[in-house]
Amino acid sequence: MAETHSLQDMRQQAAVAAKVFIQRDYTNGTVCQFQTKFPSDLETRIDKQQFEETVRTLNNLYAEAEKLGSQSYIEGCLACLTAYTVFLCMETHYEKVLKKIAKFVQEQNDKIYAPRGLLLTDPIERGLRVIEVTIFEDRSLTR
Amino acid sequence: MSAVMITKKVRKWEKLPGKNTFCCDGRVMMARQKGVFYLTLFLIVGTCSLFFAFECPYLAVHLSPAIPVFAVVLFLFVIAMLLRTSFSDPGVLPRALPEEATFIEMEIEAANGNVPAGQRPPPRIRNVQINNQIVKLKYCYTCKIFRPPRASHCSICDNCVDRFDHHCPWVGNCVGKRNYRYFYLFTLSLSLLTIYIFTFDIVHVVMRSVDNGFLKTLKETPGTYPFNHSPKKTTVLVCFFTLWSVVGLTGFHTYLISLNQTTNEDIKGSWSGKNRVQNPYSHKNIIKNCCEVLCGPTYPSVLDRRGMMQEDSSVSATPAAPSSSPSSSSSNPVTQTTKTTAPLIPNEHTPEDAKPSIAASAEKSCSPKEELPPDSELPPDSKVPPLASPETDAEASIIKDKTH
Repeated sequence: MAETHSLQDMRQQAAVAAKVFIQRDYTNGTVCQFQTKFPSDLETRIDKQQFEETVRTLNNLYAEAEKLGSQSYIEGCLACLTAYTVFLCMETHYEKVLKKIAKFVQEQNDKIYAPRGLLLTDPIERGLRVIEVTIFEDRSLTR
Repeated sequence: MSAVMITKKVRKWEKLPGKNTFCCDGRVMMARQKGVFYLTLFLIVGTCSLFFAFECPYLAVHLSPAIPVFAVVLFLFVIAMLLRTSFSDPGVLPRALPEEATFIEMEIEAANGNVPAGQRPPPRIRNVQINNQIVKLKYCYTCKIFRPPRASHCSICDNCVDRFDHHCPWVGNCVGKRNYRYFYLFTLSLSLLTIYIFTFDIVHVVMRSVDNGFLKTLKETPGTYPFNHSPKKTTVLVCFFTLWSVVGLTGFHTYLISLNQTTNEDIKGSWSGKNRVQNPYSHKNIIKNCCEVLCGPTYPSVLDRRGMMQEDSSVSATPAAPSSSPSSSSSNPVTQTTKTTAPLIPNEHTPEDAKPSIAASAEKSCSPKEELPPDSELPPDSKVPPLASPETDAEASIIKDKTH
């Protein structure tokens, strides 16, 4: 029987056993990408494929945010011509993608990570430096 | 002895470490020393006011009204760019929270292996390959992170800044990833404005001398000049000196942009070409480099200055309690972690960024921990044991009882 833990319950009831930090991957330069290497601490909790899929999707989303394409150039030029006042009424492309990412992280937490006693923290809350995975104490309530 | 917990909500900028000043409830972020910035503002506004007041009436009438109009537009653009550069977050990297710092320390220890007693541990460097170049990532002892490539720690603002260019006292802020394009547009538009004003000052003198005779123009005081040409002399003088410095600076930054380099890298000679070292960030195409720097995506601030956080101040009868200072930590269940904070390795003295002891930086990095959603309230009657924790980390000193 699968029990779903709500995030609130987990935070209030469970004790934090450990935290794992997925570092940034700089092999492609300064674009925001995270390492897809599977940390050993999570081996007992979650499937490797699942986790790597999450990180890969996040990487793709960040790549989309930072893409240098015609859209970003047009946005940049338009903003410059208006002395950047256009951003008072318009959201930047990056901010739109960040909202998508926040939703994605929330969704992943609700569906996949919370039932396994894990919690993903949105990288923006850690300065886009790490993906923080909180491992809660296993109360043998899952599955 | 029990303590009474008083929880209040504060904005995150109030608790940010580093030596920045914030205005407008966290919307504006600048360095501490703002004197030179006020001077810049005064010089620009002052010179332009003199130009508008004393030159423009003549020029509008005798040449074209478009001249002052264009000058106003340019002036407003310059001010907008200046304020945008000065008031925005340059790309500050938030400091590592204690767990992250510990995690990194343990990774470093694991990588270094056993260092024999008496020997210095090796410097904390991570090597990363970017576009077939080995780039060294240095560890920042203040921020407790390995700095991303191109980031550097500004000792004036006491922050690590992403794609750090330089700290500019004229704008009263660091110039980094987020505000470099505004800084460049500021110098460019200021050059144009200075050249514009200088040119029309000369044009004005020439036109008047054609009307009156050259030497007479310089000596006489025509009716429209109550102060014997001093506004024009001031304007010309300021423009002349500004011209060389600002135009030179604009030229220098244009060169840097075309190569996708920062001032910091240029000064250090990171990609100067010896040992076949090349800039791994350059697209090897001037247009592409310019487009990336000037028209690339606008990066958001990762600081969340205006977010709310809990601040606990415990009022305790014990005089020795360090928490009597109002800036205690926010509540967090993290202090229950079974992975206790490992004794941190004493600071290595690094040549560039030596920072004071961990204790001082731990105190400074009284960072918000967001384990709980921001609006969750603490149980008002939670008992807090006396603050006897020996750890220097101020946040670890309050332990919440979560068992139920």
